[in-house]
Amino acid sequence: MRVRPTAGPRQLAVATSLVLAGTLLTACGGGDGKPTLNWYINPDGQDTLNQLAEDCSTDDYDIEIQLLPASATDQRTQLARRLAAGDSSTDLMSLDPVFVPEFASAGWLEPFTGDLADEVLDDDVLEGAAQTVQWDDQVVAAPQWSNTQVLWYRKSLAEAAGLDMNQPVTWGEVIDAAASQDATVGVQANKYEAYVVWINALIQGAGGNILDPDTVEDGRDAKVTIDSDAGKAAAAVIQKLADSGAAQPDFTTSNEGTSLGQMYPDDGPGEFMTNWTFVYQNYAGAVGEAGGPPDEAALDDLGWARYPQTVAGEDSAPPIGGITIGVGAFSDNVDFAQEAAVCITSSEAQTQLAVNEGLMPSRQSVYDSDALKEAYPADLLELWRDSVDTGGPRPKSAYYSQISSAIQSRWHPPTSVDPNTTPKRSAEFLRQILSGEALL
Amino acid sequence: MSTTTAPKASRSQEPRRKAAVTDRERTENSLARKLVAPAIVLMLFVTAFPMLRALYLSLFSYSLTAPDDREFVGLSNYWTALSDELFWRDTGNTVMIMLVTVFFELVIGFAFALVMHRLIFARGLVRTSILIPYGVITVVSGFAWQFAFSNSNGFVNGWLPFIGDDFNWFAQYDSSMIAIMASEIWKTTPFMSLLLLAGLAQVSEDMIEAAKVDGATWFQRLYKVILPNMKAAIMVAVLFRALDAYRIFDNIFVMTAGANGTESISFLTYRQVIEQFQLGIGSALSVLLFLSVLVVAFVIVKVFRVNLADARQES
Repeated sequence: MRVRPTAGPRQLAVATSLVLAGTLLTACGGGDGKPTLNWYINPDGQDTLNQLAEDCSTDDYDIEIQLLPASATDQRTQLARRLAAGDSSTDLMSLDPVFVPEFASAGWLEPFTGDLADEVLDDDVLEGAAQTVQWDDQVVAAPQWSNTQVLWYRKSLAEAAGLDMNQPVTWGEVIDAAASQDATVGVQANKYEAYVVWINALIQGAGGNILDPDTVEDGRDAKVTIDSDAGKAAAAVIQKLADSGAAQPDFTTSNEGTSLGQMYPDDGPGEFMTNWTFVYQNYAGAVGEAGGPPDEAALDDLGWARYPQTVAGEDSAPPIGGITIGVGAFSDNVDFAQEAAVCITSSEAQTQLAVNEGLMPSRQSVYDSDALKEAYPADLLELWRDSVDTGGPRPKSAYYSQISSAIQSRWHPPTSVDPNTTPKRSAEFLRQILSGEALL
Repeated sequence: MSTTTAPKASRSQEPRRKAAVTDRERTENSLARKLVAPAIVLMLFVTAFPMLRALYLSLFSYSLTAPDDREFVGLSNYWTALSDELFWRDTGNTVMIMLVTVFFELVIGFAFALVMHRLIFARGLVRTSILIPYGVITVVSGFAWQFAFSNSNGFVNGWLPFIGDDFNWFAQYDSSMIAIMASEIWKTTPFMSLLLLAGLAQVSEDMIEAAKVDGATWFQRLYKVILPNMKAAIMVAVLFRALDAYRIFDNIFVMTAGANGTESISFLTYRQVIEQFQLGIGSALSVLLFLSVLVVAFVIVKVFRVNLADARQES
């Protein structure tokens, strides 16, 4: 008994050092001193991203893919831990737009300057995507693909309810139309980030903001503006849906996937649903399968329209998502990494991502390309492009994750939202959180 | 008792040593100090430094994502934490988990210890089987019990007749806490029984024989002879487990991730520092956690000392 415990750790130590030595040797390897750029990606569209890494490797450097965890929180903390420690091997990163202000403010992203900045962010980049990569008047990331939400619905349902979908519709009209036909409205209202996406879009659709855009980059000193008419209008929409028969049974725990099945139920008129761009391929690729349209005619019945208005007559602000490419500030090969970032976000790369993986471009010219027109209906491409171009970003703050959690804690469950109290209570809590006077 | 005798012995030996110190002893002592020095420096570096750093950081308003906004705020982080209901809710959770789990572990662990102590045959086999859960990593235990309690592929609902098959244990506070504590108790009861077994072994068989001869029943022998004579071991076991239980994190992280208000103080601290990058308030919370562990240790030591003194007066 006494011998074994000491032998164990020793063997372990030997094994560990051998493994370590092995990794170090491989890390130093590469033979002729050709550097390897590590590109940390999230799991979306891996096949094409691997292909891009290969295609964009040059005689000067190789790009190697490193996979991040599936959950956005884990992706963020893993990258942050590396960067906070000044990791020189984090060269390229796939970043969710809301991480960009946090990372840029911490000085973890190497800004693109001069010609490179012009190349990464030229006139071809759609406005909604362009906004997400700028921080403190600098270009801190390169847009790679863009996500946005539109209103998906059954044409037969809208027709039966007498809703003219050629005109912009409001949330109130959509909810009433669904309720009148015993149909439902699918949203994302679980206690998570996509619920904040919905709230933010509703508020911006009424001409307001969670935080004042002019001071949002000031971090703790940002002005909280959620307690406004726009905030009340947003709360009124959520309350209306919660109180109406159009709310889905799992309304309070709904996410991007939960309402997909309601579009083509076994019996019933279907639904209206605000959701991301993946919905089209989800249904188009599932004709005749469980949860998908039973036949081609049913797929033709799938309609799409611009994100609903919060207030009649005022343009809606569709949510913006997607992925941008950041270059690690502590990278040993910043120049190469920036060169590679330009390559993996080029028009060609964006075309491949859109056609192969359904990840929509952030460049105008790619939407106009023949490859995309072949893969998607022309009016859908136009709708997505306009939505990305005129979409509204979430608050660009170094404290975004706290802001998001604070909103979630005061606006969830959606069944408790009240225009008279919720915006006010959340504004007070946000102020406390930003000034460090409350715990989350 | 052993803690009070040990220092006395060393004190009485010191003068003798000093008088008889030789050159050789001096060189050996000096060599010993030099040999130990690297370890001490390393210990200071890996324990004292992070603690002092946390203490320092807790005086700042400091977010990792906004290093330029960092400012000295004195003790205001502590005030924020102590005046926030979230902090007290989580402290309440933690104290409750500590009390309940340590109680059950003590009772079940003592039963196991008695079994292990009295076994005549297959001793090694039984002892090993009882100790297996302690060899399981807490995270694995958390996952195993999460699956066990799951309403889709778990077996707990099927085994409990008064619970419906579709009952979701992790949908509300009470049942989530039961699941978390079940995993905690299952995993650490063996540790408790191991410590208690050591205590049992110290109880002299002669005393038990004498009690038997005097006509004491089994319960009387347990309460009047065995328990009073192993109080020191019980104290050590309770102290160790209580301090451990106060820092509960893994089971909560795996099973509920703090949903439905099941968060502990460690989990709250983790979220502030790791998820929200709030180094200032997070450090303040970890300092408060450290202090509360000290308080728990102090209280337990105090309580048991009183009992030990009582026991001595009785005899």
